[in-house]
Amino acid sequence: MRKNHIKGFALATAAVFGLLACGGSSSSTDTTAAPVTTDAAADYSMLKAAVVYIGVPDDKGWTYQHEQGIVALEAELGIEVKRVENVPEGDEGEAIMEGLAAEGYNLIFATSFGYGAPMARVAAKHPEGCFEWATGAKFLLTKDAGGEYATFGDVPANLGTYFGAAEEARYLSGIAAGAASPTGKLGYVAAFPIPEVIRGINAFTLGAQSVNPDATVQVSWTKTWFGPDTEKESAESLLAAGADVLAMHQDTTATGLAADAKGAKWVGYNSDVAEAAPNAWLTAPTWNWAPYYIQTAKAVAGGTCPTDEYYGSMADGMVTLASFGTSVDADTQALIAEKAAAIIDGSFAPFQGPVTDQDGKEVVAAGAKPELLDLLGMSYFVKGVIGSPKG
Amino acid sequence: MNENIWILMSADAIAIATTLILAALGALFTERSGVLNLGIEGILLTSAISSFLAADASGSIWLGLVVGTVIGAVLASIHALLSVVFRANQIVAGLALVIFGTGLANFLGKPAEGKSITTVIKPLSFGPLSDIPVIGPIVFGQDIITYFAIALAIVASRYLFSTRPGLELRATGDDPATVDAQGLSVARIRIRYTMVGGALVGLGGSWLMLAQSAGWHQAATTNGLGWIALALVVFAGWRPMRIIFGAVLFGFTLQLPFTLQAEQITFIPSAFLEMLPYLATLIALIALSRPGSRNLLGAPRALGTPFVRDER
Repeated sequence: MRKNHIKGFALATAAVFGLLACGGSSSSTDTTAAPVTTDAAADYSMLKAAVVYIGVPDDKGWTYQHEQGIVALEAELGIEVKRVENVPEGDEGEAIMEGLAAEGYNLIFATSFGYGAPMARVAAKHPEGCFEWATGAKFLLTKDAGGEYATFGDVPANLGTYFGAAEEARYLSGIAAGAASPTGKLGYVAAFPIPEVIRGINAFTLGAQSVNPDATVQVSWTKTWFGPDTEKESAESLLAAGADVLAMHQDTTATGLAADAKGAKWVGYNSDVAEAAPNAWLTAPTWNWAPYYIQTAKAVAGGTCPTDEYYGSMADGMVTLASFGTSVDADTQALIAEKAAAIIDGSFAPFQGPVTDQDGKEVVAAGAKPELLDLLGMSYFVKGVIGSPKG
Repeated sequence: MNENIWILMSADAIAIATTLILAALGALFTERSGVLNLGIEGILLTSAISSFLAADASGSIWLGLVVGTVIGAVLASIHALLSVVFRANQIVAGLALVIFGTGLANFLGKPAEGKSITTVIKPLSFGPLSDIPVIGPIVFGQDIITYFAIALAIVASRYLFSTRPGLELRATGDDPATVDAQGLSVARIRIRYTMVGGALVGLGGSWLMLAQSAGWHQAATTNGLGWIALALVVFAGWRPMRIIFGAVLFGFTLQLPFTLQAEQITFIPSAFLEMLPYLATLIALIALSRPGSRNLLGAPRALGTPFVRDER
């Protein structure tokens, strides 16, 4: 709990300063579908890879999903990846990463936002290694006096980041939720009031409104990434307020179990955990990290450390949608498939205008698509969301 | 105002209170004997995971409750050994127990990660009584351990203030030298009640797991309830009956942020409400760790002080 609080605190702090904050969880169990070319002749013996986990690989959430990617990496390259579980962010995390680098690990993945600064310090001391920071952001989203996004800080040249556009799958899951809700009253068990979470809530709402223009989404903040009892209480209060479909952002199945107990429906996140509450399950936005892990490891083995800010999407397969539950009918599935195709070919985007905020102000003009940086700094709720984006 | 939300909140507050009542009663018995056990949180966690593993392996939630309770007593016996037999600093020994219990629980919990129990302790059915509006779900919608915890607090009050063993217990916490002069063994009484206290804490942790969490979530399983229980004893003035009301009040406060969000009441920042129980706990723990403020609050006078016969 403490660790998750620290993670949340780091995230919230980052959000305050306008940083891109990311946390959460994801899943796509279909790691074998990774579009990877096998190069049997390559020699990966020089590669010593390690991954630093914020949680445990069995969490059925964020870390579980990364573990699937790491397992795929091991199978593809025939190497063994060192795992360190339950690593706190901050100084303890730095000590662990420093230890790994000193032991000669030359490719280190870190799977939480709060590892950023410690990792950057370790990376600066070990220029021979390659460091990859999930959900990280080297650029900052503080706007300068001229209204432009400004970058500051010294980022080591051997540090890269990777994350993806979960909002695309969020939108699609919103379609499933909107179609499955007789009342049009949806609930959202939200984690921390940071842009990543807000973006997800908005995309979900827009998706739901695409099939039911009157749909509303009531938000309840838990201020947890991993707090099953808190999330259960939050979910129950939303159900008591009349919601018949719940979405969530945390790394547990607590919301799904609460929805199931009341006969409501559930949109998960991170992993395809339909079996946790099969009757409630609709679908979930999930992740597939395998292709990124494999291509990064191959690049490092080839002498190149990928240091760009990788932002995956449904088009490249990093963001995916989980399996559908029985409550998602064939028409809805067809509609979702159609929208997914449009998102992938670029003809549609979740935040395509017109989009208005809670106060009715137009935030994205008709036909326009917001800039990536505007998405990453999102701090408003769209019309139809009930609650405050400030938490 | 949506009455469904408030009924749910009240029922939930009482449910959360069950762990608090049991853990606080455990701490109360321990402290009434003069032993300060700060390790409640560690015992709660270890008992919770032990009850999970036992219930999961045997398929019986009742066996889970028994195992969790016994483990609570065993862990408390470590504290008794350190503070009564070896006369260690009880604050340090208690904090060590928190760290040990948390580590042990995480170790034991490794195979349980990602698993959940399907059979949980269910609320009792009172037939038509449970269907009474408002009162039904709140008063008649709880499970057997919740009713047991409340009954236990009432019995504990009688025991403490109206029976001879209760008098001996209070005397041991207030004036161990006199108890010793009566020919009673201070050490034996203290060890006994430290273990009884640990067992009650263990039952609270087991109930939390088997009725509420139904899965191992590391330290998030207890979420600091052990510390709140310690504070509760202070606010209750070491009196069992007051623990019932204090526990429900804390349960209510822990639930309130979600209720207000569901009701769309925003004039009180939810972060402030979320902080309140822990702020109260912080204040109580500071008071508990200082002999001066402790006496002012009506703590057992020998609380936290090892008894040494030679010094009489």
